[in-house]
Amino acid sequence: MSITQILFWFLSALSILSALMMVTSRNPVHSVLWLILVFFAISGHYILMNAQFLAIVNMIVYAGAIMVLFLFVIMLMNMNAETEPQKNKWLKMAGAIGSGTLLLVLVAALRDSELRGRTLEGPEGTIGLVKQLGAVLFTDYVVPFEISSVLFLSAMVGAVLIGKKD
Amino acid sequence: MQPLTNRVKVLEPKPLNLMERLYLPNILKGMMITFRHIFQKKATIQYPEQKRPFSSVFRGLHVLNRDEEGRERCTACGLCAVACPAEAITMEAAERKKGEEHLYREEKYAARYEINMLRCIFCGLCEEACPKDAIYLSETFAPANFTRKSFIYGKPDLLIPDPKEAPDDFARAKGQIEERKENTRKNLTA
Amino acid sequence: MQLLSTDISLILEKFSIIVIVVLALLGIALYTTFAERKVAGIMQDRYGPNRAGPFGLLQPLADGIKLFFKEELIPLASNRILFILGPFIAMFTALITGAVVPWGSQLEIFDRTVSLTIAKPDIGILYVFAVVSIGVFGMMIGGWASNNKFSLLAAIRGASQVISYELAMGLSIIALLFVTGTMNLGEIVTQQMAGGLGGLLGWNIFMQPLGFLIFLVCVFAECNRTPFDLPEAESELNMGYHQEYSSLKLGFFLFSEYINMIVSSAVMATLFFGGYDIPFVDETALSAAWGNNIVAILGILMLLSKIVFFLFLFMWVRWTIPRFRYDQLMDLGWRKMIPLALANMLITGVVTLWLNS
Repeated sequence: MSITQILFWFLSALSILSALMMVTSRNPVHSVLWLILVFFAISGHYILMNAQFLAIVNMIVYAGAIMVLFLFVIMLMNMNAETEPQKNKWLKMAGAIGSGTLLLVLVAALRDSELRGRTLEGPEGTIGLVKQLGAVLFTDYVVPFEISSVLFLSAMVGAVLIGKKD
Repeated sequence: MQPLTNRVKVLEPKPLNLMERLYLPNILKGMMITFRHIFQKKATIQYPEQKRPFSSVFRGLHVLNRDEEGRERCTACGLCAVACPAEAITMEAAERKKGEEHLYREEKYAARYEINMLRCIFCGLCEEACPKDAIYLSETFAPANFTRKSFIYGKPDLLIPDPKEAPDDFARAKGQIEERKENTRKNLTA
Repeated sequence: MQLLSTDISLILEKFSIIVIVVLALLGIALYTTFAERKVAGIMQDRYGPNRAGPFGLLQPLADGIKLFFKEELIPLASNRILFILGPFIAMFTALITGAVVPWGSQLEIFDRTVSLTIAKPDIGILYVFAVVSIGVFGMMIGGWASNNKFSLLAAIRGASQVISYELAMGLSIIALLFVTGTMNLGEIVTQQMAGGLGGLLGWNIFMQPLGFLIFLVCVFAECNRTPFDLPEAESELNMGYHQEYSSLKLGFFLFSEYINMIVSSAVMATLFFGGYDIPFVDETALSAAWGNNIVAILGILMLLSKIVFFLFLFMWVRWTIPRFRYDQLMDLGWRKMIPLALANMLITGVVTLWLNS
């Protein structure tokens, strides 16, 4: 086994394990911390594919910013394992069925997609580097990119509006 | 609120001008001030090596005085204990025996003489009350200690060194005393 | 066994550089604590610590021993694992930031060219940002796990401060990246060495003075240094997120702050002050005359002296400017720094486009 393969299996195991721990932990703060670990493992996968920019942005935006906001809310609401309400049995069942269906759809979609048979770019790939990614983003995908930026802008304006209301 | 006098001056805070609102020039000004202080003379006195001279009227630990022949001057009259506002002084008188003339100057002496340094307020009234010039306040202060008991100073702690056995130490203590006395006299007459 | 076929000597080389950098960071941080007290002293017309050893040089050791032998307290109601994890994360993130900083050009040892940068990723400066944003977790986890209202509030105060100033910091860096065109710190340094007056005029500070100012202010906020040291305002805000910590774990928190200071000084020197570039000296001519190694070592010393200057600046500001109020801090961050950084970015972008067309 090469070092890349060892890392791949390790990161996969880590991400699945921490994802499971995130779902099953009783304490919301622990859940958030496990989720952060999931993001780290996924960033590790990106690095294995030499998608450095994606890896680091994943870390800055998701692990660094969004999860801190999650932690903020959870810590300030003082949610503990004891205060977590016992969920209804039917609710649990419905959740299981819903997420199971989603998984099914995802797997089916992946099965039929053209991704099958394509190989991944390994550690030598260059598409994930800043320059190449920037070129692709601003030529081939410029319209979706700009539309998403408009989306963010409108979200920002909305946030400012809510913040301004006295 | 109604002003109490007609001298009230209402101050209008001036709006900050651009330079002040930029904030940075003023920060730089403040930083230059602190930078200048790097080169200024340090106010520290490095204690065990350097000592700050005491003022001439400093009142420190008590000293029980001896005369030129090394005899204790105290006669245990108790005036100092009476004068003491903090009631820090206790003593026990005893009569001088034959053959003790070289130890005590008069027929009566203090067999026990104790000052509680935790009670003492170092006012110096004992010194003023003493008719025999037997007690003085020196230019040292009580060192720190762990027990209360150790702050009750007995005769061995208070007595001035013997002029015959340790003339240097005696002279040092005595010199301070004379100087102090001189100063007090000057202050009183002035 | 493909694993063993990788370049063992390369691994050894990188490992030794990592060890040296980590030890150097720890050593400098140790003496930064000493320098802080000394600078505080002389700026207040005192001497500062001068009793332990000659000129008080053993003072950091004495401090360390004291911290080490203090009683280790873990509050009963705290979350034990997270309580220990907090200072660990703070220390770890502080140390790994130094991985992308180019500490010097390269040395030639036994026919090997040893690069004095631990890693040269394509993303360079973004790595620093990622690590800094993870460093917040040390503070937050520590504050929350203490199970103390004041620690929690201080942790949240600190984290929101760090996140807020990260934005302005990122925007000021974007303007710089317009100028350099690369995120790789090593390349940024080599670009700066090409300027006039032996590299001095190539320094990015001359291209981006406003960007540097914003970056500097944000670094002060990120490192929780005065005037933005609200997360640990001992006197009025109840000490901060490490209130329940004692002994070595407290030491880890305090120490990580000093390491952060050193690394951010290094980053500032690299981005804006030419890194290991020696001003008024043409490095290529000099290395032809004296050999590469000597020039590289001189470069390391140059970078170190720049770092020392910034550390002194940190202390100088600390003993001059009083603390900001929290609303002033947020106001400065969101309503002054971010618009300023955006304007700087816009102007830089327009000028760069205009010059390149």
